Amino acid sequence: MEQPIIEIRHLQKHFGDLHVLHDIDFNVNKGEVVTIIGSSGSGKSTLLRCINLLEIPDGGEIKFDKQNILDTKMDLGKYRSKMLMVFQSFNLFNNLSVLQNCMIGQTKVLKRSKEEAKQRAMAALKQVGMEAFANADSTRLSGGQKQRVAIARALCMDPEVLLFDEPTSALDPEMVGDVLDVMKSLAKQGLTMVIVTHEMQFAKDVSDRVIFMDKGVIAEQGNPNELFEHPKQERTRQFLSRFASSRQTEA
Amino acid sequence: MRLDFAYCWKMFLENWPMFWYGIKITVSFAIVGTIGGLIIGLIVGAIRGLPEDPLDKPWKKAIIKFFQAIAGFYIWVFRGTPMMVQALFIYYLLRPVFNWTPISAGMIIISINTGAYMAEIIRSGIQSIDRGQIEAAKSLGLSNYQAMMHIILPQAIKNTFPSIGNQLIVNIKDSCMLNAIAVTELYFQAVSVAGSQFRYIEVYFVTAILYLILTTGATALLNFAERKINKTSTVSHKDMSA
Repeated sequence: MEQPIIEIRHLQKHFGDLHVLHDIDFNVNKGEVVTIIGSSGSGKSTLLRCINLLEIPDGGEIKFDKQNILDTKMDLGKYRSKMLMVFQSFNLFNNLSVLQNCMIGQTKVLKRSKEEAKQRAMAALKQVGMEAFANADSTRLSGGQKQRVAIARALCMDPEVLLFDEPTSALDPEMVGDVLDVMKSLAKQGLTMVIVTHEMQFAKDVSDRVIFMDKGVIAEQGNPNELFEHPKQERTRQFLSRFASSRQTEA
Repeated sequence: MRLDFAYCWKMFLENWPMFWYGIKITVSFAIVGTIGGLIIGLIVGAIRGLPEDPLDKPWKKAIIKFFQAIAGFYIWVFRGTPMMVQALFIYYLLRPVFNWTPISAGMIIISINTGAYMAEIIRSGIQSIDRGQIEAAKSLGLSNYQAMMHIILPQAIKNTFPSIGNQLIVNIKDSCMLNAIAVTELYFQAVSVAGSQFRYIEVYFVTAILYLILTTGATALLNFAERKINKTSTVSHKDMSA
């Protein structure tokens, strides 16, 4: 039976005069991997940031485990610690080591003991292949290493949902594979993930469902094979073909 | 008009206890003023630089606005008036209440004065930090206060360390304004020596050299500390190439 963990209804967001999200409606089920694709400016990152409340929606509802998170009585810190975001620009804490990056949320938000937090952090770092760098300065890592630590930092919180905001867009091409491999292994473990990405092949490989956004609305959604091979909408087709041709000219 | 170096040396040796006493007071005021000012500046600067959270309740926003207004007023007044005037005004105004000595009054006044400058340094340091750091802290569930204490302020202090250290140099020199309330710092002592010798050029020449030695020493110390701070941030690690 499908159990929605996130339910979004009639979500609206404006930046000044710009209407970024028009009446967005969708669910994410437990254990599901949903990727959101679309051209720049289609509102996909804004949608993700609204789910984590880094942007405040102007209207509509976001329910997490049947609770409306826009309710003012909601404990925001607790909510956010269950719904973690991995950013395009990594955003590791520059003043902390790799291990401390992975511990601070656990000790300050989840109130775990230092010992417990350290153990959990080391396990998560091992999972992303970064345990050898536990004591390294986080500013000294390469982009791909930073992003893997950022994923470990999120995993340490034992979240119910992981949100990825273009996690590979700021990486050198040879680093992209490492990060995508880590994400694939997480998907296999049954973690619920919502991923905004420009990596079409990856979206095709890992997703249970793909959402195509265009001009602030969900233009089409469906299982990856169907959407990529037989898009129903003209604009989906255009987007995908533009993408395919740009790939060819690159190669 | 003539500067007699031989006399300078002789006068300096004869009056060394006077100068030494002044140096000790000046250095104490510079250190206390800088540390006290930093503590005030951290609090006031953090309040001024607190990032706005649209999810804060209206009453919380109102309280923050209120404290930010007070902080702004404090900085406006204490950066906008000379310390000598502040010293005279506050010392005499509060003497009946605290019954304080020039030394204790002076230490508090130099701290409050430095705090206004420090607050602006810290605020600019906070504003220079990438928004992503704050967003990452929030997305982990850290509160505004926790993000400020554990993520933002440590980085702001590190980034602005040269400016913070500069206040020590400023305080070595500017503490001389406290002679107005009879704090017996180096300049005050120099005035006394000059008055007894009637050799103003030589006495103030020696005084200037002494100030220069103090500020040069402080600069060297700060450079050393800065190198140290930049070094500790890069944790050495054997497996960096793994």
